Order: sequence, then C-alpha cells, then structure tokens
Amino acid sequence: MAMDFVGKTLLDTTRAIEQSVFQLDLSSEDGFLQGLDPRAKVICFLLLLLLTAFSKGLWMMFSTYLLTVALAMASRIPLGFFIKRVWLFIPLFTGLIALPALFNIVTPGDSIWTLVVFNSPISFGPFEFPAYLAITQQGLTTAAMLILRVAVSVSLAILLVLTTRWMDLLRALSILKVPQVVILVTAMTYRYIHLFLRNLENMLLARKSRQFAPSAMKDQHGWISSRLGALVAKSYHLSTEVHLAMVSRGWSGTPKGLEQFHFKAKDAVSVAVAFILFSSEILFDKIY
Amino acid sequence: MHIPDGYLSPQTCVIMYTACIPFWVMSGRRLRRKLNSRLVPLLSIFSAFSFVVMMFNIPVPGGTTTHAIGSVLMAILLGPWAAVTGISVALLIQALFFGDGGILSFGANAFNMAVVMPFAGYYVYRFLNLTRPKTPVRQALNAAVAGYVGINAAAFVTAIELGVQPLFFKALDGTPLYCPYGLAQTIPAMLFAHLTVGGIAEAVVTGGVLLFLRRSMPEIIVDLKIEAVA
Repeated sequence: MAMDFVGKTLLDTTRAIEQSVFQLDLSSEDGFLQGLDPRAKVICFLLLLLLTAFSKGLWMMFSTYLLTVALAMASRIPLGFFIKRVWLFIPLFTGLIALPALFNIVTPGDSIWTLVVFNSPISFGPFEFPAYLAITQQGLTTAAMLILRVAVSVSLAILLVLTTRWMDLLRALSILKVPQVVILVTAMTYRYIHLFLRNLENMLLARKSRQFAPSAMKDQHGWISSRLGALVAKSYHLSTEVHLAMVSRGWSGTPKGLEQFHFKAKDAVSVAVAFILFSSEILFDKIY
Repeated sequence: MHIPDGYLSPQTCVIMYTACIPFWVMSGRRLRRKLNSRLVPLLSIFSAFSFVVMMFNIPVPGGTTTHAIGSVLMAILLGPWAAVTGISVALLIQALFFGDGGILSFGANAFNMAVVMPFAGYYVYRFLNLTRPKTPVRQALNAAVAGYVGINAAAFVTAIELGVQPLFFKALDGTPLYCPYGLAQTIPAMLFAHLTVGGIAEAVVTGGVLLFLRRSMPEIIVDLKIEAVA
C-alpha cells in the first residue's frame, strides 16, 4: 500500500533526526579529517569542491572521487555507508534528470545505439525531432559528467559534515567572513530544528494513532494548516521566552565567540595540498 | 527546487552569491535596527519553523505528495526582509547538514527561494489586499495566490539559471559541462511541475496557515505584525 502524507513525513522526520545523531558519533572518531582544524578543513573542502566544479574531464572527477574514498577510509567512516549514502541518492535524482540527455533529441551527436527508427522527422508544435531515437556518444559523456560531478560534490559535502562537529563547522565559517550573528542564528536554528522535529513527530504519531480510515484531501490540508499554524504560535511564544532567558543571562544583542581552534602544521600542509590540486586543475585546463 | 552542486558552473555560482549579498546586507541592517536583542531568538526559531514547513509532505491531486517552501508565508507573517535571512539560514542548514542543495550553489538557491520567492509573493499579497472587503477567507485566498505566484516566480528563475548553462559552458567538443538542458527544456519542465503540483502545495500552506491563524489565534498575527520587518 502506498504511504500517505503522514507516513512519508514521519519517515523524513525520523531520517533527519537519525542522520544528525549518526553525524555526531562519527565526528567524535579519532580519524584523519576529525583531527584537522575546522577552518583548514573548510578551506580544503571548498578548494576541492571548486576543483570538481571546474573539472572538464571525467578522469579528473573520478580521481577526486577516489580521493574522497581514501579520505573517508583514513577518517574511519564505514566505507559501505559512505558509498551507499552517495550512490543511493544520485540515481534517484540526478540519474533520472540525466536520462533524457543520453538521447539524440536532447544531445545530438554520433549515435552508438539506435533504439527506434520513425518514417520521417516528427514535428510537435514548435519542436522538431529527428527521424530516429538513439543514444549518442556525446549524450553518454554529458550524462556521465553530470552524474559524476554531482556524486563527487555530494561526497565532499558529506565528508566535511560527517567529520566535523556542527558547532565547530559553524564557527569555522567565520574564516569566510560570515558575520558572528549569522553563525549564532544558524547554531540556534539547528538546535530548535531538533525540538520542532520532535514536535512534528508527536503531531504525526498522534494523528496516525487516531486515524482508521483514509481522510479527504480537504481534511488533510486543513489538518496540515492547523498544525503549522499552531507551530507559528508556538514559535512566537518560544522566541519571547528564549529572548527573556537570554536577556536575564546578560545578552545585549552582540554575540561574543570563544576562539578555541589551533592551526597546526598538518593543517597548513592539507591546505597547501588542496591548493596545489586546485591550481593544477586550473593550469591543466589552460594548457589543453 | 534545491539545486545540488554540479548543475551550475562555478562562474554562475559566484554571480548568484554576488546577487544575494546586497539582499543579505540590507536584510541584516533592517533586522538589527528593528529587533536589536530580539533578533537572534526570533529569527532562529522562525528559521527552524520554515525548516519544518519544508519537511512536510503535502498531498496534492493525483495521489502524490510534494514539499512546500514557506517563504511567502514567512514574508507575510514577518515581512520580506526577515524572510530573506530566515529562509537563507534554513537553506544553509539544509545544504550543510542534510545535503539538500549544494554548497557552491547555495547562493543560487538562496536567491531563488529566499529573495525572489518572498518578495514576489509578498508584493502580490499586498497588491491583492488593496481591494476590500478583507475577510479572513478573502485574505487567505489572497495569500494562497501569493504563495502560488511566489513559488512559480522562483521556479522560473531556477529554470533560467539551469537553462543558460549549456549556452555558455561547454567542453571543446561542444559537450555541455553542467546542466545539459537549454532554456527551451528547463522553463517548460520547471513551470509545468510548479504550475500543477508545487504551486498547489505552496498555496495550501500559505493560505491555510493564514486562515487558521486569523480564525483561531488572531492575536498572533497582530503580535507578529509589530515585529515584522517590511
């Protein structure tokens, strides 16, 4: 039986909570990436993300993917989990999106596999289609490039997040000149997301446990609107209480951060290696 | 609607970050002037709320479900400038911690969903509210239309960002390096999905929540109006 909106939302909510708990476990492991200064790690990953974005060839992207796998192994991230998390997501979204690009109607080029031959070219309103449907060499390269680029980018983002405690990651953003107040708002938001996810979970379970027959869509929309409306009211009251609690503890509106990071030799080496890799990609592209 | 990394060229990502900066700066200035010490808790909690809105699966005709974004709802309740920062923070957390939307493409996602969408929706709502009578049902309908227009405006801008990729960014042999689909494909695809499915979900959330609040907790709307940063 297809899952209804309550079941689907419950599943998403549980996944989000599970994900952040698992993230916390891995970021406390004693691995290579966990040992780097979060600021160095943010710079390294940005350089590697840019390298991936600028890559014009499949081999370069594949090499970067192998690097992410090696980094995951060195950081004690279960390899099966790491690979699955990327490759379960990619075929579902990017794979489906990349699929039409394989064919000559989207990417014209040298046919490698003709699937259907029509009597004549087909015109559909303003659109003109060729007399045959085929997978092209160029289409295959285009789809592979898109899938691999997304996979490497997602792998890099996952590695960064899995190996860094979220508060450290947010504080490291100050190196990118993100204002302190934004970092503070983001950190508080992250904390309250968990509270709201629990609230949402309870609302959904309460509905599921009282429902014994499918309801009309109008009722479902009414229920969702009323729950979100109740959450708006809760958000407003909660923000007033949190504000008063903050003021009573000396909050004046200006955040003050505690600097606890230590930039070590291995951090400098990591940044240098990432920079050399990025520069060689840019240089390589210019030469060829 | 959340564009992952890999679909946009790094040059486009830089342009989109640059396009967001004036809105982030202006939003920060207005919020600080208006809210001062209340800024951090109010925005944090409402950003968490918008994250939850994005988590909800909304049933739509045809037996499927989809997600709403909630930018227009936040713009109507707290003002469009508060929505710029609030939705940007929710999107940042989605990109960093939950892998929804890329890190390099965060600027583009923020521009589409935290700038274009709340402003488009908010001004449509204001325009529709110029006419009377302002009954709760009428206002909720106006909000629903605003939500519908807002998400479609965002979808249109997203389609343009994706559709220009094969025009400007190709390998030497002509192979598209990023999103392979041109404007003739991205605009109909994005608009079809949002005019039919995504727009309905956004209209339900924006209009439905406003109707519920007007009928059941009108004092909250009044309180939020005092805090709103329009």
